[in-house]
Amino acid sequence: MNFPIISSLILLPSIGALFLFFINSKNITGIKYVSLFVSIINFLISIYLWLIFDQSSYEFQFVESRVWIKDFINYKVGVDGISILFIVLTTFITPLCILSVNSSIKNRLKEFLIAILLMETLMIGVFCSLDLVIFYLFFEGGLIPMFLIIGIWGGERRVYSAFKFFLFTLLGSVLMLIAVISIYWIAGTTDIEELYKLGIDPKYQNLLWLAFFSSFAVKTPMWPVHTWLPDAHVEAPTAGSVLLAAILLKMAGYGFIRFSIGLFPVASEYFVPFIFVISLIAIIYTSLVALMQDDMKKLIAYSSVAHMGFVTLGLFTFTQQGVEGGIFQMISHGIVSAALFFSVGVVYDRTHSRRINDYGGLVNVMPKYSILLMVFTLGSLGLPGTTGFIGEFLILMGTFKKSFLVAAIASLGVILGAAYMLWLYKRVVFGELTNQKLLKIIDLNKVELSILTLLALSIIFFGFYPDPFSNTYSVSVENFINEYNDKINNYNLQNQ
Amino acid sequence: MINLFYISTEIFLSLSILTLLLIGVFKNKSELFIYNFTCIILLVGLAININLKPEFPIDLFNNSYKIDYFTTLIKSVILISAFLVMLCSLNYVKQNDILKIEYPILILSSILGMLVMVSSNDLIVFYVGLELQSLALYVLAAFKRDNILSSESGLKYFILSALSSGLLLYGCSLIYGFSSSTNFDLIYQNSESIEYGIIFGIVFILVGLAFKITAVPFHMWAPDVYDGSPTSVTVIFAILPKIAALTVFINFLYGPFLEMFDQWQAVIIFLSIGSMVFGAVAAIGQKKLKRLIAYSSISHMGFALAGLSVGTNEGIQNSIIYLIIYLIMNIAFFCCLFMLKRENQYFDKVEDLSGLSKNHPLLSLCLMIILFSLAGIPPLAGFFAKFYIFTAVIEQSMYFLAIVGLLSTVIAAFYYIRLIKVMYFDEQKEKYDLNHSIGLKMILVISSTIILIYFINPNIINNFVLDITLI
Repeated sequence: MNFPIISSLILLPSIGALFLFFINSKNITGIKYVSLFVSIINFLISIYLWLIFDQSSYEFQFVESRVWIKDFINYKVGVDGISILFIVLTTFITPLCILSVNSSIKNRLKEFLIAILLMETLMIGVFCSLDLVIFYLFFEGGLIPMFLIIGIWGGERRVYSAFKFFLFTLLGSVLMLIAVISIYWIAGTTDIEELYKLGIDPKYQNLLWLAFFSSFAVKTPMWPVHTWLPDAHVEAPTAGSVLLAAILLKMAGYGFIRFSIGLFPVASEYFVPFIFVISLIAIIYTSLVALMQDDMKKLIAYSSVAHMGFVTLGLFTFTQQGVEGGIFQMISHGIVSAALFFSVGVVYDRTHSRRINDYGGLVNVMPKYSILLMVFTLGSLGLPGTTGFIGEFLILMGTFKKSFLVAAIASLGVILGAAYMLWLYKRVVFGELTNQKLLKIIDLNKVELSILTLLALSIIFFGFYPDPFSNTYSVSVENFINEYNDKINNYNLQNQ
Repeated sequence: MINLFYISTEIFLSLSILTLLLIGVFKNKSELFIYNFTCIILLVGLAININLKPEFPIDLFNNSYKIDYFTTLIKSVILISAFLVMLCSLNYVKQNDILKIEYPILILSSILGMLVMVSSNDLIVFYVGLELQSLALYVLAAFKRDNILSSESGLKYFILSALSSGLLLYGCSLIYGFSSSTNFDLIYQNSESIEYGIIFGIVFILVGLAFKITAVPFHMWAPDVYDGSPTSVTVIFAILPKIAALTVFINFLYGPFLEMFDQWQAVIIFLSIGSMVFGAVAAIGQKKLKRLIAYSSISHMGFALAGLSVGTNEGIQNSIIYLIIYLIMNIAFFCCLFMLKRENQYFDKVEDLSGLSKNHPLLSLCLMIILFSLAGIPPLAGFFAKFYIFTAVIEQSMYFLAIVGLLSTVIAAFYYIRLIKVMYFDEQKEKYDLNHSIGLKMILVISSTIILIYFINPNIINNFVLDITLI
């Protein structure tokens, strides 16, 4: 048997966390270096995995499978062209989060880093698992560290937000658990590869789809169950917001591809109008809400809801462009929203205010920051040359194939997106420097500069040259669409 | 010739009880000695019990006493948990002035009663065991006799329990009347045609047993009794009688009444849904940890009953796994309660946990793991317990039960994470003492570790129950 590279990716952060547990909590430098070291090693492993990944095959690769619960569930992990990008995204964002704790986390640093590393394990696990039960374990397990991250290190209303986050997500997920168990009894297995081959009886699909949807819709989050997200984002510490926006939300989008559409094609086809409607509401409504926010983090949180609306729209077009666009948009949003939350974190650490009105004229005192924030703003609104553009463009292309009206309304969202982001930028960076506190503000320090520059570079680089991403997933997506169409055609033939 | 070898555990316990009584009567200041000796007796009893390993079911005393793999397993579980309970409550017992010679002896007699209950294959034997168990527990509940709450809880427990025993006896007599036997096997043979008298009898027996495991709507005594009794007795209430009574549930339902599955299934589902939902909702407003854990155990019993209601071997096995994980979590939880003391005064209010994580990081870490596990969040053991139960439930397409059960876990999660919030997010208070006995610390750390790493190899615990085949 080959070296279990995926399992080591999953386990390494946990081992690091265990190691941290035994370090004296006063040894702050040691704690930081250990966690940083572990997460960077993990990033390198994932890059290596990406390099040796065979892009011309749509099969799951590096599959590991062993008996876990006897006669019941196997531990099975592996990656394909879709999931590997999310793993790289996770391992890329986590070290940045760890770097950023320097200024934002004052107390209980050790526990915080343990929580972040455990989170990394769980997030990678979600993207690798090839068994529904294993997936559920990782998916739900993330609740515990995230609850603590928001609740212990969050802002003033942290308790309310932590509870809301926890209970909303748990409520959505228990229905998914019922669906997972039902699938086991209907199909006799929870192995995803086998389920793809066997298919699930169409007469059960609608209910199962709804059960999965209830979980993913909360996590995505889709309108109208998105209300936990602004609260959670606003109260979470910077690193928590970044993880939440960049990766946790992607779990649901990934779940839609892998499970909702992959396992229940007939039901997905049936629910397309439903998804389109709530995605459009999410895009337009939350963009309008975002326009009216006076809290920076809240504004970005609402923009996340709108962007994830684009993602669901793209995924449910079932066209090559739409699905690829959805995946690209998720990666792009992962980088851009992480960057935006880091940027808010930078000024929040200095002034302890997130209110937009407290800022203005930052360009006079923080030129470097202003330039980088410009890149992120443009990335978020989807200017050509940034990653945001490619995702939205592909999604709209895919949507036009399906329905002109939907695409036209969705395009309106792009304009609104530009409006709230540019207005935010104008109010924060330009204008008169009226707030006296801001006079003494210092520009980015080295760590912050390197985090933000790295993110800005990746936004621009992959904006001009998206091939590394698109080459990785295109074969898998093509196969995904073909299988989907085959299953739908088969179903239609049987019903004639 | 009756093979007495197979009941050597019971014989050994009875002889030890008598010997300890003699020692207690004739020797001055022998309390601590008797307490420690009881722990050893439990361990020896456990060793004897494990050593039995019956290859095939054995019937004793004219088929009124049954020894098989299932009963032996449950007896071992009872003995181990009794040992752990005794070990972790030693300091509490010493400091609260309840270390009298009767205390360990009463526990031993109640355990003897449980062992008899578990093995009984006859209504009369079963009743004798049940009463031996309950009588000892009444006294234990009121053991802090100068304390008004403790006396109240003892009295309350006694009166309500006597009422339920009455109902149970009435049920037994109905069964006897309509099936003309008290032996389980004969009842099974004689009750093939469904007679309403027998159904009435079953309902009365189920009511009596539901009372013992605090299933809704026969739960009303639990919070008061849990709260009033000394904590060292509460932990016994929370664990031991429930294991025994649930086993008797299984023995009854899947023994003499198996043919009437259609009749009793609805009753069990009703008990189960009621307990799950009520336990979850009622615990939200509680301010005392012991009351809270009482409601939480009501809700947990609902889940165990859900496993029994499906009528398959998997259902029974999963209920037993649930019970084992439940008792690990409860023992660990009570260990934490025993650690909340300052200058020999014990604390049991929710607000006493405030800011615990700053002063006692390890204790609060353990308690957090336990609470998340009680709430059923993966990947902790509590999640698997529920997962197995619902696997069995959904296999029989009982979706309503599954959905209600899982939604009640969301409600229950609220009050568990409220405790975590109090520990981790609130302001800290004074420190608690750190001079705990090594046994207490060991039990807490080991049980929390088991809860935490159960997912790595679930088969270790699951293998115990695989051989239980009652149908």
